[in-house]
Amino acid sequence: MNTTTAGVVFAASLAVALGLTYRPFGDYLARVYTSERHLRAEKMTYRLVGVDPDTDQRWSIHLRAVLAFSCVSALFLYVFLRLQGRLPFNLGFDGMAPGQAFNTAASFVTNTNWQSYAGESTLGYLAQMAGLAVQNFASAAVGISVAIALVRGFSRSHTDRLGNFWVDLVRTVVRVLLPISVIGAVVLVAGGVVQNFHGVRTVSTIVGGGQAITGGPVASQEIIKELGTNGGGFYNANSAHPFENPTVWTNWLQIYLLLAIPFALPRAFGKMVGDTRQGLAIVSVMAVLAITGVFLVNGFQLAHHGTVPTAVGAATEGVETRFGVSGSATFAAATTLTSTGAVNSAHDSYTSLGGAVLLLNMMLGEIAPGGAGSGLYGMLVVAVLAVFVGGLMIGRTPEYLGKKIAAREVKFAALYILTTPALALGVTAVAMALPGERANMLNSGAHGLSEVLYAATSVANNNGSAFAGLTANTAWWNTVLGISMLLARFLPVVFVLGLAGSLARQRTAPVSSGTLPTHRPLFVGLVTGVAFVVVALTYFPAIALGPFAEGLH
Amino acid sequence: MIVMASPRLPGPVRQLLAALRMLLVLTVLVGVAYPLAVTAIAQLPGLRHRADGSLVRAADGTVVGSSRIGQPFTDAAGRPIPTYFQPRPSAAGAGYDPTATSASNLGPEDVVDMFDDPATPGDESRRSLLTTVCGRSRAVGQLEGVDGRRPYCTPGGVGAVLAVFHRDPGFAGPVVRVVSVNERCPAQPFVATYEGVRVECATPGGDYAAGQRVLVPGPGRGRDNPVPPDAVTASGSGLDPDISPAYAYLQVNRVAGARGLTPATVRRLVEDHVRGRALGFLGEPRVNVVELNLALDRLGTG
Repeated sequence: MNTTTAGVVFAASLAVALGLTYRPFGDYLARVYTSERHLRAEKMTYRLVGVDPDTDQRWSIHLRAVLAFSCVSALFLYVFLRLQGRLPFNLGFDGMAPGQAFNTAASFVTNTNWQSYAGESTLGYLAQMAGLAVQNFASAAVGISVAIALVRGFSRSHTDRLGNFWVDLVRTVVRVLLPISVIGAVVLVAGGVVQNFHGVRTVSTIVGGGQAITGGPVASQEIIKELGTNGGGFYNANSAHPFENPTVWTNWLQIYLLLAIPFALPRAFGKMVGDTRQGLAIVSVMAVLAITGVFLVNGFQLAHHGTVPTAVGAATEGVETRFGVSGSATFAAATTLTSTGAVNSAHDSYTSLGGAVLLLNMMLGEIAPGGAGSGLYGMLVVAVLAVFVGGLMIGRTPEYLGKKIAAREVKFAALYILTTPALALGVTAVAMALPGERANMLNSGAHGLSEVLYAATSVANNNGSAFAGLTANTAWWNTVLGISMLLARFLPVVFVLGLAGSLARQRTAPVSSGTLPTHRPLFVGLVTGVAFVVVALTYFPAIALGPFAEGLH
Repeated sequence: MIVMASPRLPGPVRQLLAALRMLLVLTVLVGVAYPLAVTAIAQLPGLRHRADGSLVRAADGTVVGSSRIGQPFTDAAGRPIPTYFQPRPSAAGAGYDPTATSASNLGPEDVVDMFDDPATPGDESRRSLLTTVCGRSRAVGQLEGVDGRRPYCTPGGVGAVLAVFHRDPGFAGPVVRVVSVNERCPAQPFVATYEGVRVECATPGGDYAAGQRVLVPGPGRGRDNPVPPDAVTASGSGLDPDISPAYAYLQVNRVAGARGLTPATVRRLVEDHVRGRALGFLGEPRVNVVELNLALDRLGTG
């Protein structure tokens, strides 16, 4: 089997596995969020926390709970990182500087996991597991709970109640993330991921040099890093590090895990709105975009256009031997399509056009399939927009799942769509205008612009991967990117919950002959087209100046 | 102590307190109990060795590293030790440093070197990715006795990049000046003339950005070069323990010669260490250099 065939089979096997788990996992998720029963551990948690699990919240209360929890999380994490030097198990590392602590706290609370620090030289074990990894669970659960609230907006009729945020949060952790993580972490250890508290062990190598072998509770953090579409590596090299991702099959498993929840949630959506065909339509849009992305990145990386790749004879710079070019390209596509941001190769060294596709994947707005929860709500917003466009074309009041898409709904959708590009392009423009910030680029010329554009796009989409040449640990970058992450996460959450509240209030209209069917291939095509047109119109000039200018000379 | 919510507190305050308590419960559950439980399970026989970092021992029993973490096989001056198989280039610290894992992060069109300008303070010099690749290919070629010339590389092992200045704007009109930007004076440029104009060497501090950038392909091969791609490129982590089978076989004769072994013996050892694609399609065929060199040492100097 040659490299290309192996790469195709590798990607196809992932698609098959995701297809096989779509129904059972999605049905399970739907049961988790519709069940009336509380587990004993959950009841105990509600009692400890002091919330009544059986109150149904209005959208404004739901939103306040999301913001309260995230705000407390960010402050707690900030203080934790600042005080690291005085806490146990810090490996001798001091507290983080204020700018970097703010950036990191914002990053992990928003499910971005942008890292302006290098794990192995900055953070001890306690900060990693009791600080960062907690947010890996919590931020994913927040994303999913917001998505579920939006689904309830569609499925419920004539009510102002969207469920209980605390219940959705606790159930996501207890019934979904934690069980999979425990099993998955042990499987990763079996593959060679380390899980210990040994600290740094200095050994004398075979030829007598010194080498510091690092340790840490890596497997327990690695699994949720992928499952929760977080992406923040225990070590600087992330999933390229042999202790995070030691073998080819752990590589496969990690890609599968970061796609698993985002691809199963549409099924849960379909189940909860009482028509699984609607979920199938949504997941089809995601799949079309995702397969295109994976195919293009693989194609450009294997074709290895560009000066250095041509000189080398393959796009192997920044690529681990065990994964190969294709196993890296598929990971890169998956991580940028899901807002995960874990990397198993250096995106900065990708071919110009391969790197451009990674940028485009993120610019889609992290909807194909997007992050845990955020992917589904992002795609549903695009679907609302598509319904609106479709309604304009046929001259009828647009409806989606029996809900009228009127001025208020379209406003929320439009604000959602505008937030990310405004942040991504705004930060890029300002950074390029400032000589000091421009100087933080490692590469010069068009590729330098790509580095800045990638960073701004990555944080504005809560992705967190990087063209890592950019020196992002400066006061300006830490602050601006930190603020950008917070706005990019919570403004859309406000709009989504507002939309959910407005949809839930409506009575569900019966299907009539004038209703645009939203489960047919035509609708799949329409949503795909809308997603693509929005991206193309917004980002094309910036892409043209960066990677296209570099790749097409 | 956390104050339990009292009904007299206003709603937002109650919510913030609930949020804080929720965070603390989660911290105990998934931040402490969960990683400790996984660590406890990882102590099971069969898992423990891996959880501890897959450490490997030399013949005398001392720990000499991890089979999953590559290590350098160079002498104090950084030269490859000929009796050992060489790993890939590494961008982690000074090379294979697990406390500074990193890739080079240099882009595919990074082709122009920077030289230190003695007139300014500080060292501005930086080698481009192209020159780095050219230099490595030349060095590996010399070490293994093969032709390591690559496209866009000079025979001297730097990027073959010319800045071509034209008389008129828009790169129009006759060529008036040509500089080989990666060859620092007083070097002899790799081509004497370009379109009839003598090629100059580059002076530190010279700004050639206004010239048209011309890459000279030269006679070397990229694909199917005897020096394989992994031998001239750094990995993503800087700790890659593996090399391609092609790079391992390339080193057989040199290692055998340096150790006084027959090439056939060493080749057989490499063959035993080639790992194919898992299940026939996962990953790439590879050879673990740490394990291979350990096995080589156990072989003795037959």
